Amino acid sequence: MGSSSSSTERIPDAQELMQETGFSAAHLVRLYERFEFLDKDDRGELRLDDFEAVSELAMNPIGDRIIGAFFSPGRETVDFPSFVRILAHFRPTDTNRTRNGRNGAQPEPANSRTSKLKFAFQLYDQDRDGKVSREELLQVLRMMLEMQVTEEQLQSIAERAIQEADLDRDDAISFDEFKKSLEKVDIEHKMSVRFLE
Amino acid sequence: MRGCGFVHLLGWVLLIGFVLSVNCEAGHESNHSEHEHGSGLSGIPIVTFKWHHVETPYLVALFVLVSFLAKLVIEANHHVTNIIPESALLICFGFILGGIIWGADKAQTFTLTPTVFFFYLLPQVILDAGYSMPNKLFFSNMGAILVYAVIGTCWNAASLGLSLWGCHMGGAMGDLDIGLLQYLLFGSLIAAVDPVAVIAVFEQVHVNEVLFIMVFGESLLNDGVTVVLFNVFDAFVSLGGAKINAVEIIKGIISFFVVAFGGSLVGFVFGLLISLLTRCTKNIQIIEPGFVFVLGYLAYLTAEMLSLSAILSIVFCGMCCQKYINSNMDENSVNTVRYAMKVFANGSETIIFVFLGISAIDKTLWVWNTGFILLTLLFVIVYRFIGVFFLTWILNKFRLVPLEVIDQVIMSYGGLRGAVAYGLAMMLDENKIKEKNLMVCTTLIVVYFTVIIQGITMKPLVTWLKVRRAAVSELTLIEKVQNKVFDHMLVAIEDISGQIGHNYMRDKWNYFEEKWMSRVLMKPSARKNRDRLFKVFHQLNLKDAMSYVAEGEHQGSLEFVRNKNAFIDFKKKNIDDDYYEVMPDIMADMSDDHSEMSSDRRDPVPSVSLEMHEQNMKAVRESEDINTHHLLQQHLYRGRKQHRHRYSRSHFDVNKDEGEVQEVFQRTMRSRLESFKSAKMGVAPPKTLSKHPKKEQQQKVRGSQSSSADFLHFLSTVKSFSKAGEQHERDKTQNNKNDAQNNEQNKTQNDKMRQKTTKTRQSMTKMRQNMTKTRNKMAKI
Repeated sequence: MGSSSSSTERIPDAQELMQETGFSAAHLVRLYERFEFLDKDDRGELRLDDFEAVSELAMNPIGDRIIGAFFSPGRETVDFPSFVRILAHFRPTDTNRTRNGRNGAQPEPANSRTSKLKFAFQLYDQDRDGKVSREELLQVLRMMLEMQVTEEQLQSIAERAIQEADLDRDDAISFDEFKKSLEKVDIEHKMSVRFLE
Repeated sequence: MRGCGFVHLLGWVLLIGFVLSVNCEAGHESNHSEHEHGSGLSGIPIVTFKWHHVETPYLVALFVLVSFLAKLVIEANHHVTNIIPESALLICFGFILGGIIWGADKAQTFTLTPTVFFFYLLPQVILDAGYSMPNKLFFSNMGAILVYAVIGTCWNAASLGLSLWGCHMGGAMGDLDIGLLQYLLFGSLIAAVDPVAVIAVFEQVHVNEVLFIMVFGESLLNDGVTVVLFNVFDAFVSLGGAKINAVEIIKGIISFFVVAFGGSLVGFVFGLLISLLTRCTKNIQIIEPGFVFVLGYLAYLTAEMLSLSAILSIVFCGMCCQKYINSNMDENSVNTVRYAMKVFANGSETIIFVFLGISAIDKTLWVWNTGFILLTLLFVIVYRFIGVFFLTWILNKFRLVPLEVIDQVIMSYGGLRGAVAYGLAMMLDENKIKEKNLMVCTTLIVVYFTVIIQGITMKPLVTWLKVRRAAVSELTLIEKVQNKVFDHMLVAIEDISGQIGHNYMRDKWNYFEEKWMSRVLMKPSARKNRDRLFKVFHQLNLKDAMSYVAEGEHQGSLEFVRNKNAFIDFKKKNIDDDYYEVMPDIMADMSDDHSEMSSDRRDPVPSVSLEMHEQNMKAVRESEDINTHHLLQQHLYRGRKQHRHRYSRSHFDVNKDEGEVQEVFQRTMRSRLESFKSAKMGVAPPKTLSKHPKKEQQQKVRGSQSSSADFLHFLSTVKSFSKAGEQHERDKTQNNKNDAQNNEQNKTQNDKMRQKTTKTRQSMTKMRQNMTKTRNKMAKI
């Protein structure tokens, strides 16, 4: 892109972030530029209205949820490290197949299959109780389905979806059940975005 | 399975009988015609044997019949087909058949001529491939597929031709009259991976979808390259070596682009034409399917006429129109199209493989040159591996998720050659190319090797290398929802992180397509019902409905309706009862104005399946019985509370959902009261469901004296129950802030409900006992 300073000096804790998220220096710089672009008031952190200024998100059915995912519970602003950490979930999975052979002390990388699924799970589970209740599923369905589906039909769909996934019959989908129901889906492909440099 | 041995025997007897009779007839016809001419008319013939009259169509039909019988015999034996793919067996059968014909005729009267192959056998297969192509998967891997198809095929052709020429120069092949250009021509015709062979072999090995789409997409798209290369080198051979200069080469390159893009464009135009047509064919639904086939075929022929790539044309025609015709046409028409395509494609493929076998048994054809043949075989395989690995290495730098080494191995090994190469070889002009027979032989041997040997070893190789297999796709709702969520998520992330990515483009295309193309090409009613998530839900419900009914019939005239304690286990699938297995998008005719749901949800699901053949198409048991339909109406599609699908899964226990329990309760109550009432009146309770359950429901309930106490108790519990249910419903719709509290309240309510239900259930069993007692008493009287 021809950016003048491709150095990561301006970015606080750049090395740690790179280590933690797996982004390269060039990626990080690009993301920092984007962060500064979104941060209209130059506060060093993003607020809700900064996100909402991205016009395409308004047309996205789950745009609000995605925006919400950037904000840690209880906080009203997003700083750069949090921004990058969330985006790190969407890095393509690292190709080393020996994931099991890793040193057990290392934390789960942000772009592993489990972390990606956890992120997706949290889109549903707004109250962070570790389970997606029928109400929460209904909310997402309401957002995803178009206008012509009636409330009753939505209820049935939610009902059925829970039925299919809910193995321990507690009328909610836990993270493990969620993972199990999606085990055939190619998460690596479906939840990865190419990050530009 | 028992009749299998008999089928075998019968099949063989029939086959041999037919073939011999055909040859006898073919031999006799000359005699007969002489007789007829010679004798003149001595009287009115009552019956004459007019073989000449029907010769050609008869032989064609007979041949088709024999091929299909061969497939019947082969398919009856699953032990064999698990090891040896069906295509290989068909080729072997072709050998036998060819041998028989040769023995009878001393000449090979049945060979696969290029005309028959390219005009009558190939188009259906490719049309089916295009129509069933998973578009999303194809286009998201389009870049890689194009690289393999174009660059890979060119590399194969060039390297093969040059290496063979090099070996020729080196003297490995003895004395052959083939120049460099002819080698290149030969290289171009044998370089192309064949779609028919790929489908046939990969069908039985369910590899993961990315791998499959790579090989398959490549086999389809490389026709563009093959046609160009073949024509260019053919022209060069005619021109002779001297006249080739830079201009000609540049013309060759340009012709590639013209042929490829032109062919695709023709296909695209025809696809749009089909979509537009199906939009207006509401009044002639009976021949709607015909349009698809006719226009598809015309797309093929038009491209062929303009010397563009016909295969590309028909593929893009199929791919372009699939979405719109699935939405526009009535679902019977869609099913017709789908089935008919499979019949034609499968049939053509069978015939092609049998022909490939027969064509080998021809003494005039065979020229053996060890060096040429073996070297070709070697180079075909080696260069395929080199090409795939090299290209993948480059591609992986750009791909989001790289292709694994194991997948690459399978991709290389799956580069099968097939009938297209043979057809092209037969099209060579033997005046220009002296060694045409040698080339044809070599092509045949390569085809046999790849189809038979590589086909047999493909499955073990896949298992041995632990290739990631395709999931047996039974779409759950969670998966469907989640896929959509992923799509939106990715677009949002791309927007937030400020990059224009793959998903952005796809999103833009979707937007464009929805706004403009669908408006023109889809019927308005179809546009409204486009929501795929809902369709999956709908088809799942239908499936449940069918299994519910079938299970009920199994238990004996829907006994569990009356007997509340009957336990139905829908999860247990009987192996015998495959008659009620439903292809998910076949709807039983549920058009009844009681159900608001099914009235405008009649469009079929565009189920794009990777299983190109679906050889085991299970027939739908048409349960047209009115009783069943009305039962369905009564139990499954009522306009109120929508928890019907649960009937199919859980047994009739205390459900957690109270509205549903209420519904069950009320309905059962009514039927009990009915039978109770009729018992009182001295009429035997109805053994089968009456035809008009609505009437039943409307009949007033009358009390009787002796069990009035019980009865009143009944009514009161029903009332209290319904009240409690309504209250519960109201509680449920409170908003989220009090969710936690609500949950607790609901839980306690649930417990109360559960207690109440058990109580009422107890009273009901008591009631039933009373009723049977009264009934017995009445019977005695």
